[in-house]
Amino acid sequence: MAPVKVHGHPLSGATATVIACLHEKQVEYEFVSVDLSSGAHKQPSFLALNPFGQVPAVQDGDLVLFESRAIIKYLAKKYEGQGPDLLGSTLAEQALVEQWSQVEGQSFNSPCSAILFQIIFVPRRGGQTDEAVVASSVEKLNKVLDVYEEKLSKSKYLAGDFFSLADLQHPVYIHYLVNACGKGELISCRKHVSAWWEDISSRPGWKKVTEMMKP
Amino acid sequence: MVVKVHGPPYSSSTRTVLACFVEKGIDFEIVPVDMLKGEQKKPEFLALQPFGKVPVIQDGDLTLFESRAIIRYYAEKYAGQGTSLLGKTLEERALVEQWLEVEGQNYNPHGYHLLMQLVYATKLGMPQDEALIDKSAELLGKVLDVYEERLSKSKYLAGDFYSLADLSHLPFAELIVNATDKGYLIRERKHVNAWWEDISSRPAWKKVMAMAI
Repeated sequence: MAPVKVHGHPLSGATATVIACLHEKQVEYEFVSVDLSSGAHKQPSFLALNPFGQVPAVQDGDLVLFESRAIIKYLAKKYEGQGPDLLGSTLAEQALVEQWSQVEGQSFNSPCSAILFQIIFVPRRGGQTDEAVVASSVEKLNKVLDVYEEKLSKSKYLAGDFFSLADLQHPVYIHYLVNACGKGELISCRKHVSAWWEDISSRPGWKKVTEMMKP
Repeated sequence: MVVKVHGPPYSSSTRTVLACFVEKGIDFEIVPVDMLKGEQKKPEFLALQPFGKVPVIQDGDLTLFESRAIIRYYAEKYAGQGTSLLGKTLEERALVEQWLEVEGQNYNPHGYHLLMQLVYATKLGMPQDEALIDKSAELLGKVLDVYEERLSKSKYLAGDFYSLADLSHLPFAELIVNATDKGYLIRERKHVNAWWEDISSRPAWKKVMAMAI
């Protein structure tokens, strides 16, 4: 059985999320680096994998998949029998995993990515950080994290007392927020979010991802 | 036991949930939320949905929010009744998930800006941002170019079967085509238009639109 092929970039958050899932589920994979700086993701050979020209894209036998949240769900389902269960053990638990997974995708990701983009990527391309965008994104993210703080005061992880895909979708973005954007206080000022971040970032699966991310 | 859906029937994400319920033959009761009066920001509502967004459902002990999570739960729970909405195999399901994410990440953001600007801005007494309208229309057009290519090869987004991935596009497409001057984005793309004609003529969707106020 050929290993799963991940076409991605070491600095891409969505790629890191897929890699984290592969490590958690103990699935062998082959990493194919896509050179974003040279526009490889807009070339026909990559567009044949993901017509939206975004990393990552994954090949598993005949199946080609893109969208990191769909990819990790597929992997968690296909490899249900190995590694920790990331989906939830009842239909109701699975629904709560879906709910918080959507919260990440619909409420957390946008303001967080805007902060990362302005502080990390814009200067790298020779531009100037738009502080107004950073400020309004921080305000939005604060509101989201207030809800997380309340939720995590009642359960150890987002969907309940078990680590799931919903939690796994977060570390890469928090990692950059804390370590590359100087916004650690957004996490550290919140007792339960802090404890949750400590926990999910000490998982061996996550530590392996950070090794990949090092330049 | 009847599922309670908290949300106004005109809300697009509420309509997504209602469309799924009608397809699956699930009994429900709409509990209206007066968003113009800010009911969604009041403590009683925040106790159900802490982000203050609609819809949220109550089904016995289960309270669930995020429309895409709600429709997945019910499509799974009632897999044996009504329209099949998740595909038949693990691989088909993965493609449904993929296109549902595409809707949520690529289609929804631009659709949201267009509709907020063109449908709701005047109702809420806000000036329209022409630059945002033009940019959103351009970006949505690029997304729909990919859909055009995809739908030239398969009848529906995840394959030759109707699924949640198609359903989740209905509410915004309905407004874009019928309540704005940007309907050409869908109408002028041959396969996207054929797909739109097909999915919007489904009895379940017609029933949901008939519930709208």
